[in-house]
Amino acid sequence: MNRRDFLLRKLGLSLVTIFVVVIINFVLFRVLPGDPVRSVIGRNVRISAETQQALRAQFGLDKPIFPDQFFNTLGQWARGNLGVSWSLRRPVSEVLMSKLWNTVLLIGLGQMLSIIFGVILGLLAGWKRKTAIDVGALTFSLIAWAIPTFWLGIILLAAGSTWLGLPTGGIVSPANTGKPLYTVLPDLARHLILPTFTLTILYLGEYMLIMRSSILEVLSEDYILTAKAKGMSHWQVLWKHALKNAMLPIVTLIALNLGFTVSGAIYIETVFSYDGLGKLFETALTKQDYPLLQGAFLLLAVSVIIANMAADVLYAALDPRVKEA
Amino acid sequence: MNGNWTLFKRNLSEFWKSFRRNKLGLLGGFLVLTAVLVAAFAPVLTPYSPKDIVRDENGRGLTFTPPSIHGPLGTDDAGHDVWSQLVFGARISLMVGFMAGFIAMFVGSLFGIMAGYFGGGIDNLLMRITDILLVIPDLPLMLILVATLRQMDLNISPLSVLIVVIGLLYWTSTARLIRSQVLTIKERQFVARARAIGAGHGHIIRKHILPQIMPLIVANTVLILSTAILVESGLAFLGLGDPTQPSWGTMLNFAFDRSAVTNGAWWFFLPPGLAIVWVTLGCVLLGNVLEEMLNPRLTAHHLEGDQNMVMIPAPEAK
Amino acid sequence: MTAPLLSVRNLTTEFHLPDGKIARALENVSFDVMPGQTVGLVGESGCGKTTTLMSVMRLLPASGRITSGRALLKGNDLMQLSERQMRAIRWRDMAIIFQGAMNALNPVMKVGDQIREGIELHNLMDREAAEKRVGELLEMVGIQRARRDQYPHQYSGGMRQRAMIAMALACSPSLLFADEPTTALDVMIQAQVLELLKQIQKELGLAIVMVTHDLGVVAEVCDTVVVMYGGKVAEYGSADFIYNQPQHPYTQRLLASFPGLNEPSDNLASIPGTPPRLTNLPTGCRFHPRCEVKVDACARVDPPILETSPAHYAACHLCKGKEAIFA
Repeated sequence: MNRRDFLLRKLGLSLVTIFVVVIINFVLFRVLPGDPVRSVIGRNVRISAETQQALRAQFGLDKPIFPDQFFNTLGQWARGNLGVSWSLRRPVSEVLMSKLWNTVLLIGLGQMLSIIFGVILGLLAGWKRKTAIDVGALTFSLIAWAIPTFWLGIILLAAGSTWLGLPTGGIVSPANTGKPLYTVLPDLARHLILPTFTLTILYLGEYMLIMRSSILEVLSEDYILTAKAKGMSHWQVLWKHALKNAMLPIVTLIALNLGFTVSGAIYIETVFSYDGLGKLFETALTKQDYPLLQGAFLLLAVSVIIANMAADVLYAALDPRVKEA
Repeated sequence: MNGNWTLFKRNLSEFWKSFRRNKLGLLGGFLVLTAVLVAAFAPVLTPYSPKDIVRDENGRGLTFTPPSIHGPLGTDDAGHDVWSQLVFGARISLMVGFMAGFIAMFVGSLFGIMAGYFGGGIDNLLMRITDILLVIPDLPLMLILVATLRQMDLNISPLSVLIVVIGLLYWTSTARLIRSQVLTIKERQFVARARAIGAGHGHIIRKHILPQIMPLIVANTVLILSTAILVESGLAFLGLGDPTQPSWGTMLNFAFDRSAVTNGAWWFFLPPGLAIVWVTLGCVLLGNVLEEMLNPRLTAHHLEGDQNMVMIPAPEAK
Repeated sequence: MTAPLLSVRNLTTEFHLPDGKIARALENVSFDVMPGQTVGLVGESGCGKTTTLMSVMRLLPASGRITSGRALLKGNDLMQLSERQMRAIRWRDMAIIFQGAMNALNPVMKVGDQIREGIELHNLMDREAAEKRVGELLEMVGIQRARRDQYPHQYSGGMRQRAMIAMALACSPSLLFADEPTTALDVMIQAQVLELLKQIQKELGLAIVMVTHDLGVVAEVCDTVVVMYGGKVAEYGSADFIYNQPQHPYTQRLLASFPGLNEPSDNLASIPGTPPRLTNLPTGCRFHPRCEVKVDACARVDPPILETSPAHYAACHLCKGKEAIFA
């Protein structure tokens, strides 16, 4: 398939998806009963008349929903104005940005570890099919899949804090709250151990399974037999021929997984009181802080879509079959 | 022509025979069956109702007590018996999980059959929809959907909201699976022949395609069930369940919010999670075994078996 | 008398199938390959032709077991070597072109790199010299040198086959196994590839063992022919002899069923019946259920290999000759 066509198609899909997300975001909060201002600022909140007026003007709330409110809102969103979080009394975009990198750190670390270990284990399991390591890896993945994310977090939190003296929550100790993270790295590291470990365990199983089935498929291909016929040892065959082919699906999977990783982050951050987007989302949900909820959803969804697009680009770069017409 | 369904029934008995031999599948079946039985016979299995407050000999309410003669799993912070909550919670968890799972299975199979059978524009449209749904992060989407639905003053119970939302978001994998299977079947001769003799679409789908994909649907449903139960537990944990009808997830929500963890009340936060794992593992084992039986991977790959290739003893020294 | 390059003696291979049955794929297969000569292995699908090649190279799938026999390459019994020793020999002394070579090349690796890999693996020359050799090899098989940087999907089917040949010759082996080298190609390309093989053989003094079911190909390129049936050697001798004086009833039927271009074929005679199941072989001669000239003994006793004329062997009760012992 033509690489250009491939990428164009994927770009088109990404744009449509973003559009769908925007529509969902808009519609959902407009169908709430009551004063439309409530959907922008949330219920049960006392706001001054001037603020109400300003919001009405900004988001076109006294005008008809479509097209006026719709495009008005879109315009605001495009400019980064996602409204104001009433529970935190700060602009939503500001709140989101302040927590974004905490989550990126956690997810990034967790994914990286689970990919590395998952790929290695999957390779070994597929290569040495039906041996102890394969059976062990499969059993582990099976069980890991069946464990609810948040519950594993709870168990590890209980065990870790009781037996290993690890912190019971938060991103840094109370004493260090508010300081820039790079100044309190050891403390941050201690607080990251349990949540990262939980994330890694959960996703490791999945990567292991995909790598394993990918390796099994690749190792059944004819060119592997050719490599053997050339006189290569198993290690040489794996390293020079099997690995690259087997890893291509992993790239796609990482992208697909991003959505689930974000979901996992919501649970993990809640359990570990880790101050990131996930915990923010949960808080917004509990407090019914709609602007925050909307803004967070928008950010999360769009990030995942963009990351997926990036993965598609990466895939196109790696697989020569997607190159020429 | 009932031929295809009789064939299906015969395959079923053969299938049961080989299934019986698979230990993992039997284990899975056992796990699921016990969970269902516990849920069904909940009132018989415990002297208390989940709302009762357990009291000791002096009539004092027992809060946060570890397992004792008063209850095999102790009590929570309000004095309710944990074991009772667990067995009654099974009813909610399983019911929501099963119903959501069935909705997902039904929608997914319907879309999959339509996409695979009719192809063309319908197929394209459905595939794009699944593509889009797959990319959007599931939990955030579900959370805002549930939040909105609950605020809308429609008279739906929280559990129904969960069932609908889960069902409407998890049909994509089923749809894809069924679609590719239908595509394969469509290629086969007998469909063309049936069309040639003037059979209508509905007839073909009912009599020819459905019997062939039934086994796959069943295998996939079991796996979807496990997902649905997991997702329900997560949503309940975040407080979106019905506190008056606690599922296992809701129990964990209570445990977490009421500091069971910091108080070391392991009997409160351990069992519900274990129960979830119990059922989910059962479904996954069952589903995997079923799928493996339908698409067995029998051949070894090229890097297997080298050590057994040459079995010639070395010639004796003369 | 020159010594044979490859001497296969009483090679016996079986496959252990997943349902527990054992397929007796090869039994007491023996033949010689002389340096610079082409041996044709012919027979119906499933008769053991490919299994023979894979057994000698020890590239059988996981279910395969070689239970007895020897394969002497330049005097060394390949069956007694360790896997490490085998790896040194593979490609260097004997190489193979697989059936359906379309997929035998790694799709994400440049063709030139894959060819060079064979050379570098056996430490034959440094990278620069190896690159030059890759160019020479591509030229030898009629592919432009510049195409070494392309990927297999950018080659046509015939080109991929020729690239496989180039790759197989990378280490200048003395023996080449070619499994149905022309089958998946259209007629024009078939002719090209055969011409190529003949030419290479002349230039390099290469010995070739060619597996094929196409008797026309055999007639064109082979010096010696081994006719296989049901995992055993039915007939073995020079191509001339086999074509003109076939001794085994199976060979006779095979030749009769093959249409000649120059004669009008009014009856395309095929052999009735199907090849035997290797998991459930008939007693006695494996061909007897389909044989028209069988006698009583055929159903009871497995016919020994008889030398019906000098260097011509057939395994049939109806033939006359001394029992051959392949030492």
